[in-house]
Amino acid sequence: MSNDIILETRNLTKRYGGVHALEDANFTLRRGEHVAIVGDNGAGKSTFVRQITAVEKHSSGEIHFDGSNVEFKDPLEAREAGIETVFQTLALADDLDVPSNLFLGREIFRFKLGPFSVLDRKAMRDRTLEALKTTAVKIPNVDNAIRNMSGGQRQCVAIARTAAFASKMVIMDEPTAALGVQETAQVENIIRGLKERGIPMILISHNLRQVFDLVDRIVVFRRGRIVASLNKDETDGNDIVSYITGVKGASDAAVA
Amino acid sequence: MAQAAHGLGGLKYDPAKRERPQELNVFIALVAIVVAFELLGRLFIGDSFLFNTRENVEGIFNWQRLNIIILQVSIVGIIAIGVTQVIINGGIDLSSGSIVGATAMITMSFAQTALVNGNPNPKAIFGDWAMDLPVLVPVLVGLGCGLIAGFINGGLIATTRIPPFIATLGMMVTARGLSKWWSNGNPISFPTESYAAIGKGLMPVVIFVLLALLFHAIMTYTKYGKHCYAIGSNEQAARMSGINVNRHKILVYSIAGMLAALAAIVLSSKNLTAQAGMGVMYELDAIAMAVIGGVSLQGGRGSILGTVLGALIFGVIISGFTFLRLDAYYQEMVKGVIIVGAVVLDQWRQRGRSRG
Repeated sequence: MSNDIILETRNLTKRYGGVHALEDANFTLRRGEHVAIVGDNGAGKSTFVRQITAVEKHSSGEIHFDGSNVEFKDPLEAREAGIETVFQTLALADDLDVPSNLFLGREIFRFKLGPFSVLDRKAMRDRTLEALKTTAVKIPNVDNAIRNMSGGQRQCVAIARTAAFASKMVIMDEPTAALGVQETAQVENIIRGLKERGIPMILISHNLRQVFDLVDRIVVFRRGRIVASLNKDETDGNDIVSYITGVKGASDAAVA
Repeated sequence: MAQAAHGLGGLKYDPAKRERPQELNVFIALVAIVVAFELLGRLFIGDSFLFNTRENVEGIFNWQRLNIIILQVSIVGIIAIGVTQVIINGGIDLSSGSIVGATAMITMSFAQTALVNGNPNPKAIFGDWAMDLPVLVPVLVGLGCGLIAGFINGGLIATTRIPPFIATLGMMVTARGLSKWWSNGNPISFPTESYAAIGKGLMPVVIFVLLALLFHAIMTYTKYGKHCYAIGSNEQAARMSGINVNRHKILVYSIAGMLAALAAIVLSSKNLTAQAGMGVMYELDAIAMAVIGGVSLQGGRGSILGTVLGALIFGVIISGFTFLRLDAYYQEMVKGVIIVGAVVLDQWRQRGRSRG
């Protein structure tokens, strides 16, 4: 396996009872590469991501991450290995402020004393402001509980957290699905920032304009199979749509 | 300018328009209730609730009454501190009153003195070996009892995933049974002098205030506190963020158990005796103090300061009813109404906020 590849799945398969939600997915992601996964509802996009992040156990197949065959026990282990994910359902604590949410589970301490370690609230706040500024996220007051913020602001906090701690790879599952125009632009800026930092990303999106704007390569899922893997420069919207709808590539499964 | 640092991305933020902290609301309620009792007192019985009206006593305020108020709530207040962190963590603890009973019985058995007025201790539980032990022994035994009970609570909740309500209800019944079985329902009395000193005079108040300060700091400035709020707010998110939720829950309930045990030590020392029925309904009083103080039963919100203020409201109301020469029966009825009222107010506040 080439050292250039950060993630590779081989014959990754997931069955729910008799339903083949994902079949023989062969997928590779290079270091620094941004790949979009597109496809109709129920095409297996989210299922594919859930196998990689170990939210679900795959039925068969292999996942290679950062040079080794991995078998993550739970999403936490995947995160510790360096895969940061923005899930469709936000993983935020509503009653905590922005710095607390950003640093949840990886707090900065003044001094260590087991569970009673004293937090360095100023450092966390400063680093939060820094992270939010570089991502140009609009938050009226970071000391407010997340509960009091709009859906877009909350999503931005979740994405800023992912971007701030991203080490090896980022997965975003429809990060702009519920956002307004301005907020969508902000999220796209965060994604461009990741590209500049050379952090590879898998983006699930229904928005083809966004996909063509942001990524290097587009992988099309249809009925649980990968039917196409196309470089952005060698394809166009019509081409992608014909793959999504099955006009093209209906018979043979492609190798992504 | 601080304001510019707040409003990220060009959004304006006015610190003056910030939401009023819940504790301030509770404090205003406390002042309002005191004023109400003062007015009612002057109107109906011609006496002051707050101020000194006797000529043979020095001072502007009626210190005697104020002392009674705070002394009255300080022992249950110690329990309420533990209960507060449990509720913030998204749980509930119904067992604290029974832990008080069981711990008081067991602790007192190790705190007895051999000779009472020259005669052997008539209430002796153990033989001579358990008489006149250093005060540290009963204190450690007591804290150990609370730790074990709390650990079992937390362990059950974390490993079997049964609701905290059920787990601690089981402990409530079991521990009460244990406290009755321990000496066949007989009271245990005559502690050593050093044990009796623990709860003497205003010592319960001192212990309560010190613990409140300590736990205020823990809940505000440490990882432990932050994770309590995080788990109570969104347990799934806390788990996904790498917090060891199970271990944290066991720790939270263990600390609550130890605080209940400490209350038992102070109470049995103050009363110079332990009885199987000690601490009945204390768990509900403690929960009421927390709820009145703005701790949300849904978890994630509240503070130790709020609970302390809630405890004071509790004490003022009981003392105020006595002051107005109303029956104790009214006290209990009004207590019930206040608890429900506090929760309803909290729900309204939540609805108002989520709309905004």
